[in-house]
Amino acid sequence: MDTDLSSQDRKDLDKFIKFFALKTVQVIVQARLGEKICTRSSSSPTGSDWFNLAIKDIPEVTHEAKKALAGQLPAVGRSMCVEISLKTSEGDSMELEIWCLEMNEKCDKEIKVSYTVYNRLSLLLKSLLAITRVTPAYRLSRKQGHEYVILYRIYFGEVQLSGLGEGFQTVRVGTVGTPVGTITLSCAYRINLAFMSTRQFERTPPIMGIIIDHFVDRPYPSSSPMHPCNYRAGEDNGAVYPSVEDSQEVCTTSFSTSPPSQLSSSRLSYQPAALGVGSADMGYPVLFAGGLNAAHPHQLIGPGKEGGVPPVPNQPAHGTQADQERMCTPLDGVHYSAATPSSSEDTETVSNSSEGKCGSPHDLLETIFIRKVGAFVNKPINQVTMANLDIPFAMFAPKNVELEDNDPMVNPPESPETESPLQGSLHSEGSSGSSTGNTHDDFVMIDFKPAFSKDDILPMDLGTFYREFQNPPQLSSLSIDIGAQSMAEDLDSLPEKLAVHEKNVKEFDAFVETLQ
Amino acid sequence: MVGPGRSRCCGPSGAAPAMNCRAEVLEVSVEGRQVEEAMLAVLHTILLHRSTGKFHYKKEGTYSIGTVGTQDVDCDFIDFAYVRVSSEELDRALRKAVGEFKNALRGSGSDGMGQISLEFYQKKKSRWPFSDECIPWELWTIKVNVVNLANEQERQICREKVGEKLCEKTINIVELMNRHEYLPKMPTQSEVDNVFDTSLKDVQPYLYKISYQITDSLGTSVTTTMRRLIKDTLAL
Repeated sequence: MDTDLSSQDRKDLDKFIKFFALKTVQVIVQARLGEKICTRSSSSPTGSDWFNLAIKDIPEVTHEAKKALAGQLPAVGRSMCVEISLKTSEGDSMELEIWCLEMNEKCDKEIKVSYTVYNRLSLLLKSLLAITRVTPAYRLSRKQGHEYVILYRIYFGEVQLSGLGEGFQTVRVGTVGTPVGTITLSCAYRINLAFMSTRQFERTPPIMGIIIDHFVDRPYPSSSPMHPCNYRAGEDNGAVYPSVEDSQEVCTTSFSTSPPSQLSSSRLSYQPAALGVGSADMGYPVLFAGGLNAAHPHQLIGPGKEGGVPPVPNQPAHGTQADQERMCTPLDGVHYSAATPSSSEDTETVSNSSEGKCGSPHDLLETIFIRKVGAFVNKPINQVTMANLDIPFAMFAPKNVELEDNDPMVNPPESPETESPLQGSLHSEGSSGSSTGNTHDDFVMIDFKPAFSKDDILPMDLGTFYREFQNPPQLSSLSIDIGAQSMAEDLDSLPEKLAVHEKNVKEFDAFVETLQ
Repeated sequence: MVGPGRSRCCGPSGAAPAMNCRAEVLEVSVEGRQVEEAMLAVLHTILLHRSTGKFHYKKEGTYSIGTVGTQDVDCDFIDFAYVRVSSEELDRALRKAVGEFKNALRGSGSDGMGQISLEFYQKKKSRWPFSDECIPWELWTIKVNVVNLANEQERQICREKVGEKLCEKTINIVELMNRHEYLPKMPTQSEVDNVFDTSLKDVQPYLYKISYQITDSLGTSVTTTMRRLIKDTLAL
C-alpha cells in the first residue's frame, strides 16, 4: 500500500507517469520516421515542455497512445508497448522491435516524487533518445521509402515478443524507482533480419488495379492497425533528411529489390481495398495483440483518406500539451514552487477533436505499396505484363491469356506488301522478309519510322538514309581472307617494329611527359 | 581543453580523484579519420545525460528550468548516428577539445594510442589564500587506438565495425547513467556556479573538464595536456 504517499504526491506521480508514457511513445515513433530530428533548446522555460526536454508532440501519435492507454497507467502486469515493424511493398511484414514500458512491484518509498522522480524520468527520456538510435531498426527506418515502410502500433497489456523471431536481443534503457513501483523501459529487438516472402510467386495475369504514379499521395488503408512512421509534422523542424531512398542492401533479406523495369506481375498493381482488409486476403501476417483494448482498426490520418475528412491546420506542437504543472524542488531546504497549470482539459479536448484531421502538411506513405512500372514506360498494363513475366523468353512461350492478342510483339500487325528495297537490309540474318503474323517467327518486320521525319518531303527520307547507312559494307582490312594473310605478315614484322620503337624511346618518354 | 568560462579555478585535477568519484573507461579502435567523430559521439552522449536546462531563480527559493533540445547527428566516416544537445556553444567546445586531441594523436612520438577524459567536478570554496578545490565526482576515460588500414575494403568494414562498437558504448553509457548513483545536490542560486557550468546561454551542463594523454610506443605518457588549465589557474 502506498499510504505514505500524500494525495498530492500520488496525483503528481500519476501525472508524471502518464506524460512520461506519452513522451516515450513520441520519442520512439519520431525516431522511426526516417528523418533527423532537431529541436531547439530554450533557456526560458516555456511551461509546456515536460521533463525539461524539447520533444514535439505529433498529435496522431498522442491520440493513439491515449487510446491504447484508455485512461489507465502502466502497472504491474499492464505494460505499454510500442511495436515497430517493417512492411514491404509486396505486403510482407516483419516485427523489428518491441519497446516496453513496464512497472514492477519494487517500491522506493523514500524517493521524492516531485523532484527526484521527475528528474530521473527526464534522464530516462534522454537515454531513450540515445538508445533509439542504436538499435538496428534505426538504420532501416532512415532508409525507408519505396521498398518498405516502418509502421508502429501501440498496445497495452501483456508484452508479446513472439513475433521477433529467434534469438532476439534485449536492451534495458533504464529504470526509475517510485513509491508505487519501479518503472522499467526496455527494448527487445530482432537480430535475425533474414526474411522470406510469405507469398509464392504467381504466374497469373496481373490484377487490374491502379498503377499510381510515384508522386501521388496514397490513401492509407483504413482498416490496418499499423501506422506509418514517416509522418511529417510540418513544423519548424530543422530535419532535412530525405525520407525516400531506395535500399538495396539494408539487411540480409531475400525480398526482392529488383529495379522497376523487371517487376513481377504481382507487383504491378495496387489494391487499396485488399491491403487493409486483413491477413486472409493478402497472405501476410497482420498482428493483433491478445487482449488488445482497441483492437478495431481505426482510421488513419492522411490526405485523401476515407471519409474525406478535410485536413485542418497544424496544431502548434507545444501548445496542445495538457497539464503543464511543473515542480522544482532544490534541496537544501529551499521551497518549491508549482507553476500554474494551464487549461489542461481544454487543450486536451482540442487536441482530441483534431484527431484524424491533421492532413495537409503531412505526407503519408506516398509510395507504400505501389510499384512504378518504370520511368517513361507508356505501355498499357497488359503489354507490360507479358514482357515482364519472370520466365525466360516469356514472349515466346505458349500463351493462354487473351490479352496477348493485342500485343504487337506477339501478333504483329500485317506489314505492308510494298517495302522499299532497302528494307531488305534490315534484319539481314535469318529474316525472311515481311512477317506473316506467325506467332513463332523470330523476327518481325516493322516499318521503321524515325521520329520527327516525314516521308513525303524528300525523295530520300530520314528513314531510308538511316537504313542505308545502318549497314555499311565491311572494311576490306577486316575481311577474313585478307585478315588471315595480314596476320602472318604482322607477326613477322613485329620484331622490326619493336626495334624501331626502342630507338625512339626517348621521344616517346618526352611525349608522355608533355601529357602529364 | 575545455573548462568553465569564468574561473575561480581549482588546482590541477591531476590530483587523485575523490573517494566517491566513480570512473568509467571505454575503449575504441578507430581509423585516423574516425577519431573526431567517435570522440564527439561518446562525449555528446555523456553530456546529453549530464546537461540540464538553464536555471532561472525567481523569488526566494524558487527556480524554473529551461528546456533542452536535441538533434540527430550522422557520422560521415562511421555507420553511426547519435543524439546531442542542441547547443552550438557546447558543440564548439567539444570539437575544439577533440580537435586538439586528434592533432596530438597525429603528432610525432605517438603510436596512435591515447586517451581523452571527461571529468565532472564540483567546486568547493576555500578560504583565502587557498584556491577553490575541485572535487571530481565522475570521470569518463575513452582510450583510443588508431589503426591504419590498407585498402578501401578494410575501411568499409571498419566503418561498420566502429559503428557497432559505438552502439555498444552508447548502451554502456546509458546503463551507467541509469544507475542513479551520486549526483551533486541541486544548488541554491549562490551555489549554482559550483555545480553547473552556467556560461552557456542555452543549456547548463554540470561542471566538466576535458583532458587528454598521448601514449608513445613504449606505453608511457608523453604529453600531459593540462596547459590551459594551469594557465587559467595562474591567471587568477
